[in-house]
Amino acid sequence: MSTTVLVSTRKGLFTVVCRDSEWDIERVSFVGDNVTLTFPDHRDGAWYAALDHGHFGVKLHRSDNRGETWSEVGVPTYPEVPEGQQEVGPSGRPLTSSLKLFWALESAGDDRPGELWAGTIPGGLFRSRDRGDSWELVKSLWEHPLRKQWFGGGADDPGIHSVLVDPADSRHVFVGVSCGGVWETTDDGETWEPRCKGMRADFMPPERAEDPAIQDPHIVVACPADFSAMWTQHHCGIWRSRDGAKSWQQIKAPPSSFGFAVAVHPRDPNTAYFVPAISDQRRVPVDGRVVVTRTRDGGESFDVLTNGLPQRHAYDLVFRHALAIDPTGERLAFGSTTGNLWISDNAGDSFACISHHLPQIYAVRFVPGT
Amino acid sequence: MPVVHFTANLRRHVDCPTTEVVGETVRDALDAVFAQNPRLRGYVVDEHGALRKHMNVFVDGEQVCDRNGLSDAIGPRAELYVMQALSGG
Repeated sequence: MSTTVLVSTRKGLFTVVCRDSEWDIERVSFVGDNVTLTFPDHRDGAWYAALDHGHFGVKLHRSDNRGETWSEVGVPTYPEVPEGQQEVGPSGRPLTSSLKLFWALESAGDDRPGELWAGTIPGGLFRSRDRGDSWELVKSLWEHPLRKQWFGGGADDPGIHSVLVDPADSRHVFVGVSCGGVWETTDDGETWEPRCKGMRADFMPPERAEDPAIQDPHIVVACPADFSAMWTQHHCGIWRSRDGAKSWQQIKAPPSSFGFAVAVHPRDPNTAYFVPAISDQRRVPVDGRVVVTRTRDGGESFDVLTNGLPQRHAYDLVFRHALAIDPTGERLAFGSTTGNLWISDNAGDSFACISHHLPQIYAVRFVPGT
Repeated sequence: MPVVHFTANLRRHVDCPTTEVVGETVRDALDAVFAQNPRLRGYVVDEHGALRKHMNVFVDGEQVCDRNGLSDAIGPRAELYVMQALSGG
């Protein structure tokens, strides 16, 4: 099982390590700064950390020694919009064309060492071929006519939060967009098609509820061993696909199907985990009880996992990148807005709280190969 | 010569000592500093060269007017302060 977890928080990056069955915080990097996302690259061992300094903008740092030292690398830049030609979004507001946030950082494939994908707010997909030193906008998606239909959910601007690369073919990639649906390329980003058939957005008028370009999948995952088996925790519930996003089927889970995070087992496409909240309007656990829901039969039934989790007056929310599963599928980690970090070594049957006192947690990631 | 000072909060991320520059506008002055210190640029202006939303530049005590173009004129003995706005961030 992975023995290192990178925890991105509002006030720093925490490296949490398991030694002799005991978890401890080994290091705090960027203490006091807003670390929004990390990506530990299994291909060359590099760690990437995205920071949002607020006043001073968004930065990306890379470490080649497991977080001991970091160096600042490049960030994506958006095309300049000539004065008077600013695009207007569906709300009538001008569309933003400058970097607001890294929202996805992923390997571009085992056959492409040093190549990375980044999803960003506002609505950008960028590729780096030099370990983050420079970035190139994927113009085919940025210039797609339907991209202008995307809009922000939660944030003011839309963003790409999920990038899924087919382990068998690096030219085959899905991205997930809030709010903009799921998109697929099979030609390395030359062309894109929305893949949302079956999804439904209750936040739109009935005639647009099935519009693919405005769906709000909070996060999208695919089973590494069966890439056509996909799951999404959508704003309006849980959906799964068994045919590589050609169609999606809605799944109902107790005690609620609302939430942000989903993790799928690395080998069993029918096993997935969620951390529910009451609803869009009340983003806290049902009855003040933190639970993880687990299905092992593709969503036919769910276990509501509570062992080791607070069951009275708990108001933790788990963000979209804050639930992770390790490559064995046995170890799970998740962190909350309240600064609690939990880890399970038995596929969710029980959890141990590693810390109650971290800053607000944005993202949790296992370091592969540790 | 005009002088550019930077908020101490910025110095936590990038070394940016007070610098004497040559220039007739705020843009000239900042570009002169960025030429010596390229990493500093992205902390003060965005990728299009506009002043970041929650940053301010004061020239002799007055906030700049042209946040995008930074075309405000500066005198030969101008004192520029690059500061954080209290909003946002």
